[in-house]
Amino acid sequence: MANPLYRKHIISIADFSREELELVVDTAARLKRQPRNDLLAGRLIGSCFFEPSTRTRLSFETAVQRLGGSVIGFADGGNTSAKKGETLADSIKIIGSYTDAVVMRHPREGAARLASEFSAVPVINGGDGSNQHPTQTLLDLFTLRETQGTLENLTVAFVGDLKYGRTVHSLVQALSLFNARFYFVSPEQLAMPDYLCEELNERGIQYTLADSLDDVIPQVDILYMTRVQRERFDEAEFKKIQGQYILKAEMLKNARTNMKVLHPLPRVDEIEVAVDATPHAYYFEQAKNGVFARQALLSLVLNETV
Amino acid sequence: MEYTRTVEALKEGTVIDHIPAGQGLKILRLFRFADTGERVTVGLNLSSRHMGSKDIIKVENVALTAAQANELALFAPKATVNLISNFEVVKKHKLELPEAIEGIFACPNSNCISHTEPVESHFYVRPQGTDTKMKCKYCEKVFSKDIVAEVR
Repeated sequence: MANPLYRKHIISIADFSREELELVVDTAARLKRQPRNDLLAGRLIGSCFFEPSTRTRLSFETAVQRLGGSVIGFADGGNTSAKKGETLADSIKIIGSYTDAVVMRHPREGAARLASEFSAVPVINGGDGSNQHPTQTLLDLFTLRETQGTLENLTVAFVGDLKYGRTVHSLVQALSLFNARFYFVSPEQLAMPDYLCEELNERGIQYTLADSLDDVIPQVDILYMTRVQRERFDEAEFKKIQGQYILKAEMLKNARTNMKVLHPLPRVDEIEVAVDATPHAYYFEQAKNGVFARQALLSLVLNETV
Repeated sequence: MEYTRTVEALKEGTVIDHIPAGQGLKILRLFRFADTGERVTVGLNLSSRHMGSKDIIKVENVALTAAQANELALFAPKATVNLISNFEVVKKHKLELPEAIEGIFACPNSNCISHTEPVESHFYVRPQGTDTKMKCKYCEKVFSKDIVAEVR
């Protein structure tokens, strides 16, 4: 029987069942342990980045090539027929007719869902505006499982910009399938949106809104840091809150031994460089895991069995 | 006692009655009744025994479909919809909130892809307490029904 993700579009983390998330995580772990160079042999993947991206694009393209597949595409929508006024629907119809799957990033929300309605081959969402970035969530889940040995009953703190961060929203939704417990640490202006808190209430998931990073650190298995963007505040306001959401090495002295610090990167100054040398730092390994998570997903979408 | 009809009786068509006062024009726009070319009679702020005041819409020679009646449930869940033939009520629609609404409202999110591509808007509808939430199929943003209805 074909695996449940075979020939499926990968658009939104909300489309995944718990079992499908676990399948991707298990497959990523296996591919990290025992690399394969044949799972995409003879396959051609369209890499369509209508908006520039460094990590996501390079890790997708690395994943394809490591699995023996090849890539065509573009890294910037400025050089495509979209610039001449072609609809995304038409562009994807054509690109889908050349390739076995399309990986895409687009500045507008909903672009990947729309593309999936016009593509004859699976579409994988590499980010649509502020909406979804499912492969980031998959690599985060893989990293959580790798560092904690389980996805069940974890205590996770999210720190920084919880209002605009699609990474945070998707990961919270995915982890609520695994009975997680959350701490949300953010300035009031960047607090978790109400609709997400309502969703957690409906699912009976416990969460705590906290002000102080110091109080939260000893309580958690995962400290998920994000960047507080300067442009969201006026200068005086930014100075006032800036220091409160910066992680310093000495703040980790009461952390649990299993606690890992994650960050979707790029970091600016919210994690002090001295943290890198502590046993808690795991964000670079997390970024490396992006390749394995994307390998797992591409393999499952393009092979009946892996 | 002399009795006068506020709105003339209808020979063929649809009567939407018991619309909460103030929603009548919104519903008129929702179904584009004015564009049908048929005679449309609208009563606003009519007195009602049960509701205090109400709006009413009569459209000649147009039969509201069950799907349209369900869309009506968004704004006037207690409205009554009677299909009239030869001055008689031949069918009453029971209003039920639809699971999805396609092509009527534009997505309030200006950065949603549905604005620039050849697709109909599409919202999933879910009651939440006294409000109704609408989630755009494309951008996945969730809005209160009043926000979505304002945009059109």
